[in-house]
Amino acid sequence: MKEELFVSGRNIPYIDPYLNIWHWEIPVYLFLGGLAAGIMFFAGYFTIMRKEKEMQATVKYAPFLVPVALVLGLIALFLDLKHQLYFWRLYTTIRLESPMSWGAWTLMLITPLSMVWVASYTREVFSRWDWKFKILYQLEELIIKNRKSLAWAMMFLAVILGVYTGILLSAFNARPLWNTSILGPLFLVSGLSTGLATIIWMSKSKYERKVLSRLDLMLIGVELFLIIHLFMGFLAASEVQIEAAQLFLGGEFTVVFWVFVIILGLIFPAIMEILELRGFHIPIWIPSLLILIGGFVFRYVMVEAGQITRYLY
Amino acid sequence: MKTRRDFIKISAAGAGVAALGLSTLHWNGVKAQENTQHPVSDEEMTPYPTYCEVCFWQCAGWTYVDKKGSIKKIIGNKEDPHCNGRLCPRGTGGIGMYYDEDRLKTPLIREYKENGEAYFRKASWDEALDYTAKKLQAVADEHGPECIALFNHGSAGKHFGTFLNALGSPNIAAPSFAQCRGPRETAWIATFGEAVGSPEPTDIRDTDCLVLIGSHLGENMHNGQVQEMAQVIDRGATIITVDPRLSTVAAKSKYWLPIKPATDLALLLAWIHVAIYEDIYNKEYVEKYTFGFDELKEHVKNMTPEWAYGITTIKPDIIRKTVREMANAAPSVIIHPGRHVTWYGDDTQRIRAVAILNALFGSWGNRGGFYLKESFHLPKPHIPPYPKPTKTWRDAYPGQFKLASLALSSGICDATIPTEDRACSFKAWIVSGTNLPLTLPDIKNTKKAMDNLDFMVVIDTMPMEVTGYADVILPECTYLERYDLIRTLPHREPNIALRMPAVKPKYDSKPAYWIAKQLANKMGLGAYFPFDDITDLLDWQLKQVGSSLEEMQRIGVKKFDRENGGLYFQKGEDIEFNTPTGKIELFSNDIAAEGFDPMPVYTPHPEPEQGFYRLIYGRAPMHTFSRTANNHNLWDLKKENSVWINPKVAKLWNLKKDQLIWLKNQDGVVSSFPIKVRITERIRWDSVYMVHGFGHTDKKLSRAYGNGANDSELITKVMVDPIMGGTGMRGNFVTFLTEKPAKEVEA
Amino acid sequence: MRYAMAIDTKKCVGCSDCVVACQTENNVPHGYCRDWIVENVVGSYPNVEIELRSERCNHCDNSPCVRCCPTGASHIVEGGIVKVTHSECIGCGACIQSCPYDARYSHPDGYVDKCTFCDHRLALGQDPACVEVCPTSCLYFGDLEDPNSEVAKALKNRNWKVLAPEAGTKPQLYFLT
Ligand SMILES: Nc1nc2c(c(=O)[nH]1)N[C@H]1C(S)=C(S)[C@@H](COP(=O)(O)OP(=O)(O)OC[C@H]3O[C@@H](n4cnc5c(=O)[nH]c(N)nc54)[C@H](O)[C@@H]3O)O[C@H]1N2
Ligand SMILES: Nc1nc2c(c(=O)[nH]1)N[C@H]1C(S)=C(S)[C@@H](COP(=O)(O)OP(=O)(O)OC[C@H]3O[C@@H](n4cnc5c(=O)[nH]c(N)nc54)[C@H](O)[C@@H]3O)O[C@H]1N2
Ligand code: SF4
Ligand code: SF4
Ligand code: SF4
Ligand code: SF4
Ligand code: SF4
Ligand SMILES: [Mo]
Repeated sequence: MKEELFVSGRNIPYIDPYLNIWHWEIPVYLFLGGLAAGIMFFAGYFTIMRKEKEMQATVKYAPFLVPVALVLGLIALFLDLKHQLYFWRLYTTIRLESPMSWGAWTLMLITPLSMVWVASYTREVFSRWDWKFKILYQLEELIIKNRKSLAWAMMFLAVILGVYTGILLSAFNARPLWNTSILGPLFLVSGLSTGLATIIWMSKSKYERKVLSRLDLMLIGVELFLIIHLFMGFLAASEVQIEAAQLFLGGEFTVVFWVFVIILGLIFPAIMEILELRGFHIPIWIPSLLILIGGFVFRYVMVEAGQITRYLY
Repeated sequence: MKTRRDFIKISAAGAGVAALGLSTLHWNGVKAQENTQHPVSDEEMTPYPTYCEVCFWQCAGWTYVDKKGSIKKIIGNKEDPHCNGRLCPRGTGGIGMYYDEDRLKTPLIREYKENGEAYFRKASWDEALDYTAKKLQAVADEHGPECIALFNHGSAGKHFGTFLNALGSPNIAAPSFAQCRGPRETAWIATFGEAVGSPEPTDIRDTDCLVLIGSHLGENMHNGQVQEMAQVIDRGATIITVDPRLSTVAAKSKYWLPIKPATDLALLLAWIHVAIYEDIYNKEYVEKYTFGFDELKEHVKNMTPEWAYGITTIKPDIIRKTVREMANAAPSVIIHPGRHVTWYGDDTQRIRAVAILNALFGSWGNRGGFYLKESFHLPKPHIPPYPKPTKTWRDAYPGQFKLASLALSSGICDATIPTEDRACSFKAWIVSGTNLPLTLPDIKNTKKAMDNLDFMVVIDTMPMEVTGYADVILPECTYLERYDLIRTLPHREPNIALRMPAVKPKYDSKPAYWIAKQLANKMGLGAYFPFDDITDLLDWQLKQVGSSLEEMQRIGVKKFDRENGGLYFQKGEDIEFNTPTGKIELFSNDIAAEGFDPMPVYTPHPEPEQGFYRLIYGRAPMHTFSRTANNHNLWDLKKENSVWINPKVAKLWNLKKDQLIWLKNQDGVVSSFPIKVRITERIRWDSVYMVHGFGHTDKKLSRAYGNGANDSELITKVMVDPIMGGTGMRGNFVTFLTEKPAKEVEA
Repeated sequence: MRYAMAIDTKKCVGCSDCVVACQTENNVPHGYCRDWIVENVVGSYPNVEIELRSERCNHCDNSPCVRCCPTGASHIVEGGIVKVTHSECIGCGACIQSCPYDARYSHPDGYVDKCTFCDHRLALGQDPACVEVCPTSCLYFGDLEDPNSEVAKALKNRNWKVLAPEAGTKPQLYFLT
């Protein structure tokens, strides 16, 4: 028999018996960040592809959610901080080695950018909107003229944001479950997928939904592929990572992961999207909502389970 | 890998994702001001000398006080031979005794409501002392002052000892005799003509072979010994540990002998047998200094390792190998006499065997064995002679326990319960610094005795169980807030140490000297406390020997040259031992004269029935008995005890790690509180182990209350040592209850 | 200069004195600690062995906690000591996640705290509080680059290991076995 115990009675809040320093705030932050990145990415993409007319929900309407999601995400991040009065310290330095730091800076850049984008469509969406000042009208004109460049910037930052939401966790080698390079792309793809799901939900155009559903199916396929690789990687790695994988393969997180994330969050919506593409009538909000729930649960579970995994004891 | 969250919670979070909106966000308590705690540098603090009161090793140290007047830490005094600048965890955590918010704060007097319910009323010192003086006087007048007894443990007891002697009673007992080292001292006096004493003069620092029988150094945190044991490990010298449990030191030993409990005497006799019959004992020493070798040789003739194997479960070749190791090292070998040795009722004889083995190897008085200790003597103030008592506690036990060198606490307790044939029983107790309900075995018996008292006053620092039975509670301040007598304990070098207050007493608590003197004044005994203030006494004493209070306040510890020669016997030196024959008595005439076996004889002890396990107990390094259980610093380290159970037994009972169970003993007594299961390979399957001092029942101990179980309440079978009255406490057997029994046994 | 600590697991008795001493020296609030003791029991009765380890921050040479800190509150000072500037810490917990040894904790006042190797004592030429108090003298501290330091001597004469080397942090607590 092997027995290991703290004889000094260590029992530190949030640290013992298992690490639990991050709660719902971080998964919310990651989820909203991924979702925002998804929407921005496709808004940018279809703008560059000159599909503004066909893809109105993607380019024009869904982006209105982005600043909201980002601000809510930032609020969640702020709520997670334990020394909140010192929040501003994030912006007194740029630390390239710290994903937290460049995440904070990316958000700092991308949030205004998304607002500018939204502003450029405000009068199209709300026809009675009035900018009141002349200078604002001039600015609007300028932005509209440079929408293409904006689109490039947005796509670029969206990718950074998306990857960041994945890398934030995988940068922590100390947590065996997060210690894998697959997590970055996986979270990116999942973020794009939640973005797409949101747009599909908002779209009124059959054509647009079809284009997006196809894309989404592709992403779901990639996601499933990455998840399989993730577990294969773990099972082929060190003991602690095998143990980490066990949390999802028979351990405490098995049901929630396979039911909410894989079946209800990926496979089920995928089937519904296929049926929809084949002409069956499916209330479109169902697969979208399932994807969103699956996306959040995925992050929540990864954050919770990841903290439990450790090298020692 | 285990997780602390269950499936239900997680899936609820998943399902509730839509609902997880802003409504659940909450403001995370923004802190208004910069509030970071930086350590205070030693240069910004004032150190005050003290010696520790968390156990009886009395290490000297410094109490550091910052500029705001708060005690920050306690650090060992580098000059002190007891600690060499390093306190043990309890000494370092002693600060928690001062800061404990549950401390006794004012004098309290027991009162009764109209419905008969008792309660404590706050009182002024004057009132409480008047009342105490009046009550004690009444007992002295009616029954004689000898019917008043003092139970004490620790520094405060000295002051009350003077008071009680002045009153005319010699009945002063500490649990450190009959519940602790009494059998050892009796055995040592019978063998070597002197007691081992505290601190033990074991020359562990220089030994080549250390043999520990039960003594669990490292858990038993008696500081100097632990430090020297670490040196033994560093030097790679041999340690042999005999313990049914893999104690910490057993795990560091070259040999661990997982003996069947209660059979050590057989092992010791077999060791003696091999030493003699393999001719590997120290002939020169034995011939020169001992008496009764031939009788001993004849006595152990048949006590072979093969004989002992059947009793102890220790293999004969291990028995031979280990005793040869001792012989190789001799005389630099220590067969440790132990300290808490009241185990099975034949303890004096067991320790006699230990003493004999040491004598055979010539370790007493030799380097690496036992050094010749020396203490410094301070002059005593002139006081009137004490009145001559007409009777003592011994009169309650005619013809018994003559070899008890000190009073028996359990003896006085028992003699408080009146019987027909006893002339007088005790009527009043003064209790200072000992938590009798947890300290004496058989709580019911202790309670019965207290029920029979006319009056009981308790001087303590904490609302421990014993205070609940008092008529008057007098709150003493902690050792960090007071002066006490100069420490003069013996060591390699004679030395003295000062304890002085680092801060003023908290609340309305007072030092024992003051309390005892006030009480004496009120009873017309002021002449026995000739100095107004203890500082005057200390300064007077110190000046007599060329020091002063002022000097001691600066240095804390002062060492003196030895006066009685070297640390060890000289080669060929003639020594007169204080025994009837003037020799080290392998054959004890004193013990023979009392009608007991002059040489130890092994007798089997009862064994647990099916489904029962022997209850053995000991120390945790971070706690002292019951006194530290509520100390916040130490409670952080260990909040409760657990019951150690071998995995095989756990499997049999289907017990899980950390499961809470109740223990029930052979007499049907069930522990008041449940205790957590520790499943561990570190213990035999016929025994279970727990740390003493937990399971507090007094709710005023806000941290300690209800944590863990109390071994004392399960020790209802007491095996009294017929030679000196020690209370053997390890003959109790327990079984496991996984559910709280419906009918609780009256506590 | 490279400060390091060696812990003799053969001498340590698990008394936890180093934990209390750290607590009083460094104002560590009740319920928290910067160092702790692990007991590891292997084997089965009667062939059982115990390893006792006094653990704390490893002051890693390759310290992920410093790298991941978004504000620079976690930083490295003279001798490789990893420190946290409380007034720069936002309490994001990233460093806590990044430490394979769970050596950091979130102080009730919000910032993150951990072992400092008692640099305020080193400044006075004293040893860390835990080293100085240990009754078995089983903690050795000093400059690894100085061959005469206690820690360098201990490592030279004994076998040792570090914890979780696979985490790649180059820890600077050496456990003598
Ligand atoms: N931390 C700490 N240290 C202390 C104290 C404290 O309260 N806390 N108290 C101090 C005092 S006053 C005393 S008296 C000492 C007591 O300390 P010791 O004299 O060392 O006490 P023991 O009763 O010998 O030790 C208990 C050990 O005996 C073993 N044991 C039980 N039954 C048997 C048996 O039948 N045979 C053998 N060979 N071993 C057995 C137990 O497994 C356990 O390891 O500790 C002192 N030191
Ligand atoms: N079941 C069981 N019984 C045992 C033992 C065991 O291992 N198991 N061990 C035995 C041994 S070896 C011994 S030595 C005895 C020890 O027996 P005790 O010395 O009675 O042990 P404690 O439980 O520590 O009780 C000490 C009391 O002193 C009080 N006190 C502490 N500091 C001060 C002070 O400065 N002034 C005053 N006035 N009071 C103070 C505490 O609050 C507490 O009430 O117990 C013996 N009894
Ligand atoms: S051994 Fe520990 S508790 Fe006992 S006097 Fe020394 S420091 Fe205090
Ligand atoms: S003080 Fe020393 S012996 Fe005690 S636990 Fe700490 S390192 Fe081990
Ligand atoms: S032990 Fe943890 S906190 Fe300390 S330096 Fe290494 S990674 Fe950082
Ligand atoms: S919690 Fe503080 S020290 Fe740790 S990474 Fe965040 S800002 Fe840096
Ligand atoms: S070095 Fe100082 S801060 Fe670090 S554990 Fe030891 S006492 Fe605590
Ligand atoms: Mo004792």
